[in-house]
Amino acid sequence: MLPTSQYEVQEAVLQSSVPLRVRGGGSKSALSTSSSGEAVLELSSLNGVLEYVPEEFTFTARAGTQLSEIEDMLAQNGQWLPFDPPLGGRGATLGGALAAGLSGPGRYRFGGTRDFVLGVQWVSGTGDLLRGGGRVVKNASGFDFPKMMVGSLGRFGVVTEVTFKVFPVAQQFSTMVLECDSLNDALEAMTRLSSCPLDIFSIDIEPPATLLVRLAGEGRALSLRMRRLGELLGDGEILLGEQEEDLWVQLRDFSWLSPGECLIKVPITPAVIPTLEARLVGEKSQRRYSVGGNLAWIGWHGDVNEIDIILSESNLSGLRVLGSAGAAWVGAPASAMAFARRVKDVLDREGKFLPI
Amino acid sequence: MAARRFLSDLAAIFPSDRLLTERAQLIPYESDALTAFRALPRAVVLPESQDEVIETVQLCYRASIPFVARGSGTSLSGGALPDEDGVVIALNRLNRIIRVDAEHRLAVVEAGVSNLAVSKAAAPYGLYYVPDPSSQSICTIGGNVAFNSGGAHCLKYGMTSNHVLGIKVVLPHGDIVEMGGESLEGVGPDLVGLFVGSEGLFGIALEITLRLLPVPESYRTVLAAYSSMKDAGDTVATVVASGLLPGAIEIMDNLTIQAVEQSFDAGYPTDAAALLIVELEGEANQVEQEFVELEKIINNSAAYSVRSARDDIERSQIWKGRKGAFGALGAITQAYIVQDGVVPRTQLGAVLSEIDELSVQYGLRVANVFHAGDGNLHPNVLYDGSQEGMLERAEQLAGEITKLCVRHGGVITGEHGVGMEKRDYMREMFAEVDLEMMQRLSRAIDPRGIANVGKMFPGQGVPGV
Ligand SMILES: Cc1cc2nc3c(=O)[nH]c(=O)nc-3n(C[C@H](O)[C@H](O)[C@H](O)COP(=O)(O)OP(=O)(O)OC[C@H]3O[C@@H](n4cnc5c(N)ncnc54)[C@H](O)[C@@H]3O)c2cc1C
Repeated sequence: MLPTSQYEVQEAVLQSSVPLRVRGGGSKSALSTSSSGEAVLELSSLNGVLEYVPEEFTFTARAGTQLSEIEDMLAQNGQWLPFDPPLGGRGATLGGALAAGLSGPGRYRFGGTRDFVLGVQWVSGTGDLLRGGGRVVKNASGFDFPKMMVGSLGRFGVVTEVTFKVFPVAQQFSTMVLECDSLNDALEAMTRLSSCPLDIFSIDIEPPATLLVRLAGEGRALSLRMRRLGELLGDGEILLGEQEEDLWVQLRDFSWLSPGECLIKVPITPAVIPTLEARLVGEKSQRRYSVGGNLAWIGWHGDVNEIDIILSESNLSGLRVLGSAGAAWVGAPASAMAFARRVKDVLDREGKFLPI
Repeated sequence: MAARRFLSDLAAIFPSDRLLTERAQLIPYESDALTAFRALPRAVVLPESQDEVIETVQLCYRASIPFVARGSGTSLSGGALPDEDGVVIALNRLNRIIRVDAEHRLAVVEAGVSNLAVSKAAAPYGLYYVPDPSSQSICTIGGNVAFNSGGAHCLKYGMTSNHVLGIKVVLPHGDIVEMGGESLEGVGPDLVGLFVGSEGLFGIALEITLRLLPVPESYRTVLAAYSSMKDAGDTVATVVASGLLPGAIEIMDNLTIQAVEQSFDAGYPTDAAALLIVELEGEANQVEQEFVELEKIINNSAAYSVRSARDDIERSQIWKGRKGAFGALGAITQAYIVQDGVVPRTQLGAVLSEIDELSVQYGLRVANVFHAGDGNLHPNVLYDGSQEGMLERAEQLAGEITKLCVRHGGVITGEHGVGMEKRDYMREMFAEVDLEMMQRLSRAIDPRGIANVGKMFPGQGVPGV
């Protein structure tokens, strides 16, 4: 099914007799590859920008619009989505980014997908076309259905249109790459930065012990801020320009993954990094700790059951993003899933979408 | 009979000084900051522990008695208005700051902790809690969560929702659920996002995990006076188009300036048609560079007088008038209704002049003070409640203004919530199917219809009017 309008989405939902798997650009293979007994509702033809007034700092587009198209459009007006939406370079769509609830390293400073979504139009299990939120940058009217859709993986309904807030893009960027003596040293340096007033844009850790710190802003001030960063951390390698930009693009598009590795998103706090790292090192995996130690990306080339068990034992929940068909959520159950099921029973009484 | 039984059950949980049932004790709770609506509850309880809240909710569920959570009662939309048959659960004493975790930049607090108390507790670590409603020294985090409250920094930092990581809730049938956690990220549907702004309809927030950020190192605050509202608005457009991202952009009209200057000496030029406040904040070098740019823009604008704060004292002087504006209106009117619609920034000029026309047509003064950076208007309709029919006229005008915002592509409330006051305007913004879905969800979570019932959705009968 390849609807080209929200009405065709409504029709498809009404007609369907098996649970629907909603697919955007198919860039998140573990979430968009179908299993037997399902039908795929593909939204890549439901695309196009509907409204963009740069002065408003907002745009509205159909859910199947590619992130890269949006990013080009914003860049022409000196604007961006400041959270490095993942997989933009691999065909990810707006709706997919929202439903998967993914944000990249830039999420550290200003918030992620959940913080920039303002409004949604969506089709419920009864085939009704609904709206939630608004098209302005601030709103407290009615239940926040737009946020509820973040991370819902199309289990609550089909998002057909989204409105996002955008920001003016920073004039320049600079990144310090610091090779620390140990993971603990890198973590300790990160802690020192967490309450410092340098306005850090992103902090990532690449095991075994590399700290990446990104600053963004006006050019002259930026070099002074980088000097201050050096005073805090000691001398690291400074990246600028294209090389600097490429580094973060590669991180958000997961270019570091080896062929055949699946990718798992695991929300964490910095405190769990030492034990998680100790548990995974030498195993069949690569790790990147992003968003100031709030997110682990695990590249896994073993059996999915094994990582499922490791995460459960560590009391961590995970989301499979890249990989073969199968369960989306692994590890310990995400918080309040029983409550989420009650919500789903209301939005999708008929069971038109995959279960949660 | 059942009622007496319910009260004696409450008495088994609360000592007599924390279970209020006498008329004189109940009166302070009959309305919130929107005093046009009044209702006396059957009882008010003052829990000091989460368990007491949970037991009360469980009791209400068993007896099908409605309950309304109350923080500090500063709601401007009648959100904390009691139900005549119900109990008010007043949470001011549920106010422990459980911990501040500086390393993880978070604070775990109980619902009755005041907004400002969080920032005070975080200050020794160089951190603060960003959302800053003007009522921040009194209003509670629980109330902020229920209403998704805002403040002056929403364009850059978002609202309450953008700063809540986790919430422990007692649902309307007495179960406990923990949503979110301590990480900035999550997997699974964003239930924290759904709960924030649910206005008490999904149950009571007991404990909240808040995100903290480093205190900005440096501020630059500019006050500019204009002889027309349009000139001030045009300047906002230029600032926004320049690529700067100020922490706050605020505007006050002449009537508000007059009120502020009568109440306290903020040193505002009283002849200005509009005053603009723009504030930059962040790392010192960055702010200095941005300030050069901002000064250029303001100096090239139609401002006839410009003042920049040179230090913290001058900065708080500039803000004193703005933060006290609502209170100051009391000096020039017997009563007022504040509206809270948001419009696309490019529509500000058109909407403000339509408000002027409506004001003349209704013969009622409207004082405008607003978050210009995010298009969130606060038109205050001034009236005299002792004059026959004037409140009704004021409410009608307020309603017209709210509809006007929606017609211009905006929303009915930016931060004060729908509550009792704006529930009939939900139809302006949402279709019947949208409202039906919200109500179905509300019924599923609150099957007995006891959690802050009567709010948010269009209905009939408003007590006290
Ligand atoms: C002078 C003044 C200035 C203001 N300025 C601003 C401003 O700048 N920005 C802004 O956004 N608002 C502002 N407000 C409005 C108000 O302060 C906010 O809405 C605030 O969040 C209310 O907090 P409260 O503790 O007083 O809650 P209350 O008024 O007691 O309750 C508000 C709502 O929250 C519910 N509630 C309270 N606690 C809980 C809980 N623990 N769990 C579930 N539901 C709960 C209540 O049932 C009610 O529906 C202002 C109000 C005043 C009087």
